[in-house]
Formats: sequence, structure tokens, C-alpha cells
Amino acid sequence: MGGLIRIFDNATQPVEVEKDLKIVPGANTIITTIDKIASWGRRSSLWPLTFGLACCAIEMMATGASHYDLDRFGVIFRATPRQADVMIVAGTLTKKMAPVIVNLYHQMAEPRYVIAMGSCACSGGIFNTYSTVQGIDEILPVDVYIPGCPPRPEALIEGIIKLQEKIKHQPYHKERCLSGICLIENENSKEKNESHRDSEENKR
Amino acid sequence: MNPENTRELLINMGPQHPATHGVLRLVLEIEGEVIKKCIPYIGYLHRGVEKLSEDLTYVQSLPLTDRLDYLSSMINNVGFCIAVEKLMGISVPERAKFIRTMMSEMARICSHLVWIATHALDVGAMTVFLYAMRDREKLLELFEMVTGARLTVSYPRVGGVRCDVNQEFLDELYKFVNEFPKKVEEYETLIDRNRVWLRRTKGVGVITAEEAINWGLTGPTLRGSGVYYDIRKFFPYDAYDKVEFEVPLGKNGDIYDRYKCRMLEFRQSAKIIKQCIELLPEGAILADDALRIRMPSSPLKIDKKDIQFEIYIEDKSIEDFINKFTEVYASIEAPKGELGFYIVCDDSAKPYRMRVRAPSFVHAGVLPRLCEGALIADVIANIGSIDIVLGECDR
Repeated sequence: MGGLIRIFDNATQPVEVEKDLKIVPGANTIITTIDKIASWGRRSSLWPLTFGLACCAIEMMATGASHYDLDRFGVIFRATPRQADVMIVAGTLTKKMAPVIVNLYHQMAEPRYVIAMGSCACSGGIFNTYSTVQGIDEILPVDVYIPGCPPRPEALIEGIIKLQEKIKHQPYHKERCLSGICLIENENSKEKNESHRDSEENKR
Repeated sequence: MNPENTRELLINMGPQHPATHGVLRLVLEIEGEVIKKCIPYIGYLHRGVEKLSEDLTYVQSLPLTDRLDYLSSMINNVGFCIAVEKLMGISVPERAKFIRTMMSEMARICSHLVWIATHALDVGAMTVFLYAMRDREKLLELFEMVTGARLTVSYPRVGGVRCDVNQEFLDELYKFVNEFPKKVEEYETLIDRNRVWLRRTKGVGVITAEEAINWGLTGPTLRGSGVYYDIRKFFPYDAYDKVEFEVPLGKNGDIYDRYKCRMLEFRQSAKIIKQCIELLPEGAILADDALRIRMPSSPLKIDKKDIQFEIYIEDKSIEDFINKFTEVYASIEAPKGELGFYIVCDDSAKPYRMRVRAPSFVHAGVLPRLCEGALIADVIANIGSIDIVLGECDR
């Protein structure tokens, strides 16, 4: 009997598959850190906010539709910010629209991510005019930039995969992301977190 | 309840709303389910295209027109090119005319496909969206084959088109066009006799022919009310006078008739493309006197701060060629309605003023007329049926 038990013990030794991830063979059990399991859950069901601004929204629609099928990546578009994890800013952001987008960003639950889709959202693109915001990173912290005018659906998929990779290496207690300048708030808070881009440079 | 204690409820719909087709904002004053007042607010996508084009030459402005009505960027390009050609008196070769007509109709199908997809989705039919996007993808592949871009093509040029179409493209397109009417039937089987669809569209959002004209409606939105007006027939441009097609008309002017009009236009567009492929003549694709861009003669002279491209016609500078201080208006039949470009020129290579007569802007104005007195649920159906794109509306 004793010998049998010893064999059983050997079989339940957890096998390390990758860093911080062990599998107990035959027991249908894995041993891992809370960071890993949280980020696994987060990245496997990224629900973006349906938020089409301009031309890129059509490509975003095409990506979500039958041919490219974003559902494969667990990406399901939600119409309300309360249910969304990631905001895909698809298109030109105008100064009239900026307070709305900041509001929507604040309505999303943490942890929240932002993808800037298209050159307009990245840098203003060809619309260097009086009415457009020159890149959404002036008002929101951006996680992934996707260039293109508009980017191809493959590029959007690549961007989403890149974001998933980024989330994979993030800890469970994600640093409270710098919420962008709330244009409605007073001047003090405006100066405090002037721009995500600026504050990143200051850190360095 | 004491009626003195009741008050009207204000609802803000948009600018972030999945069914407003972009960033339209409506403020609705409602009493129960009935809308008392509806005020549309636009300008959330105002990018200053008209102002921007005053700083660019006639050649450089072309990519800006792509981003007006991004569902049918080809037609916007064609409209702009026709306006500039009219200004400078450039005549387009026959082959280029046929290619433009073919491409315009492809863009029309693309635009209507997105319309049927989103409109049906808003009203509650999800499957149509997947079917329509599947077929649109094929057309985009064909666009890519010739122009290299899926959505923002910038393919036509002032005086012709950028590059020639090859036989492979024509074969693929011919195959698509032959199959396409069957696909349209497929969409119709999904929704045409659907009880929910009929209840939500028939007799809703009615606008009479007289009112439609008074509101300045154009395109399928006007034809749904039974008014026979199509710029392709009345003021033919490109090769529209050489192909045969009918203009489908509605009768009652409700959402269902506007839908029916667009469904019939699918078939007419397919018919036009087929004729264009069959009649496509040989020859040049760009006029001899087309606008060409010439780089400064010596690259050493280029100052990095101030790179200036000059545009020339037959070695004459555009400044000598242009009709100084004139104005021109050219309009074409876009999928949404009459798309017009009004250009005022001075003695430079840049327009003094460029104004876009966008159908979506006019159509957004009719929303209060359609929505007031109707139910809340009909607002979505009404927005879908007038087919607006905010990029074009706000410019």
C-alpha cells in the first residue's frame, strides 16, 4: 500500500508549464498567481465601446462583421461605457466632441484601456485645423496607437492583440491610470495631470 | 395624477449612441411615448475641410473629399474632379468616363450596403448586417485591386483616373455583378415580409412629395416620395447618358418606400456596371491637358521648410490657364442625394472658397419634421431611413 501512495504522490507533483503557471496532472487543477489569472480574464474578454467618430468607424464595423469576425478574440461591442473595458477611438476628435469623450472615459469601469485608431486619433492626421484635437493623447492616456487612414481591419486586430499582450504583463493591482484632463473640471486639476504624454516624459 | 404636476421630459440622444450613424445629437422633448419636439445638434465632426482646402491646390484637395462621405469616397472624388474640370475646361477621355461611372456605381452599392446593414440592425434585424458586410467586403477587395485602398481611394484625377483597370479586375467585377441581384433577393427574403420590419417601416415617417421638395431632399429620400429626380438622368455627367437604367420611385413616402427605392437601386447599379464593362472603350485614361504636379526642377533648391509643388498644364502654369475670378458649381448624384461642389477661384492655384453642398446636411434638417408627433422608437428608424453621414454633414 505504501508504495502505491508514493506513486500517487509523484503524479500529483505540479509541473511548471511556464513561469508562474503550474499544472497538476490528472487533477484538472492549475496553480498560478492572482496577477496571472486576473490578466488572463481581462485580456480574454475585451469589450470595446461602440464609439464610431468618423471613417475609421466603418473599418471598425467591417472588422466586427462577418469577414474579419472580432468575436474570435472575445471582443464584443457594447453600446454603453458602463459595460466596456476598452475604448476604441475611431476617427477624428473635434474640440466640440472632446468633453463628451472624456466623460465617456470616466464612465468606464477600471481597469480601462484606450486604443487610438487611425492617424486622426493618433496625431490629428491631415486635419490640422482650428476645430480638431491633434491626437487624443492630449486628453486621454492611450495604450495602443494604430496608424493608417483608415487602418485596415488586420491592423485593428493587430492592435487588439498588442493590447492583450500589454495586459498580460500587467499586475492585478493596476496602477490607477492617469485619467485624462476633465475639461469640465477646474483649472487646478488641469495643471496637475496636464497630459499623459508629458507626465511620462517627466518620469524619465 | 394632477396634470399641473406633470412636465415634459427632455431626453438627450447622442452624440454617443449606436444608432445615430456617427455623432449626431438629438434633444427630444417627450410626453409619454410621443415626441413633442426634436432638435438636432450637429458639428461634432466639424473638421474644417472647406477651410483646409483653401490652403491647398486643386490637386491636393482631392484626398480631403474622400473623408466627407466616407461610405462612398469614390463618388466624392468624382464630384470634386468634375467641378475642377468644369472650372478649367478640361475634357475627360471616353475610357476614363466609363471607368468613373463603373467605380461610382460600385461605391453606390457599397454605401447602400452599409445603409441596409446599419438600418436593419437599428430596427432589430441582426442577420442582414452580417450578410451585407460579407458582400461589401468583396467590393472593397475589388477597389483595392485597382486603387490600393479599401475605403479612402483617391482614385479619380482632374482630367481622368489615376491608373487603368486590368482584365482580371473586370472579370472579377463581372462575376460579382452577375451574382449580386441574387444577393439582394437574399436580403429581401430576410426582411421584406418580416412582420416586425413592416410594422416599423410602413406608414412611419411619411413625407409627401410636395413637402420633400420644399425641404430640399434629394436622392432616394426624395424618390421614395415619388418625385422623379435624378441628376444622372437630368444633368448626365461622365458616361451616364450612354448607359440604360431606370430610376426607381416610391409612392407613399414612408420608410418602407425609401427602403424599397434603395433595394431597387442596387439592381440598377449592377445593371449600369455590367453595361460599362461591356461598352468599355480603349484609349487614354488621363486627358492630355490634365493637371499634373511637377516637382521643383532642382532638388537642391528645395527648402525643407517650404516645399512647394507647382501644378502645370501642358507646361503652362495653372495661373495662366485658369479662368480668373470665376465661380463654378457642379453637382452629381451621390448615394445620399445631390452632392455639389461650389468653387470660387481667384488668380492662384488654390480655391478662394470651396463649399460642399452635402445631402446629409439638408437631410438632417428634416428630422424634426419626421420625428415630431411620432413615437420614440420611430426616431431610430427615421434617422436610418434618411441615410445621413455626419462626416459629410459637418464637413
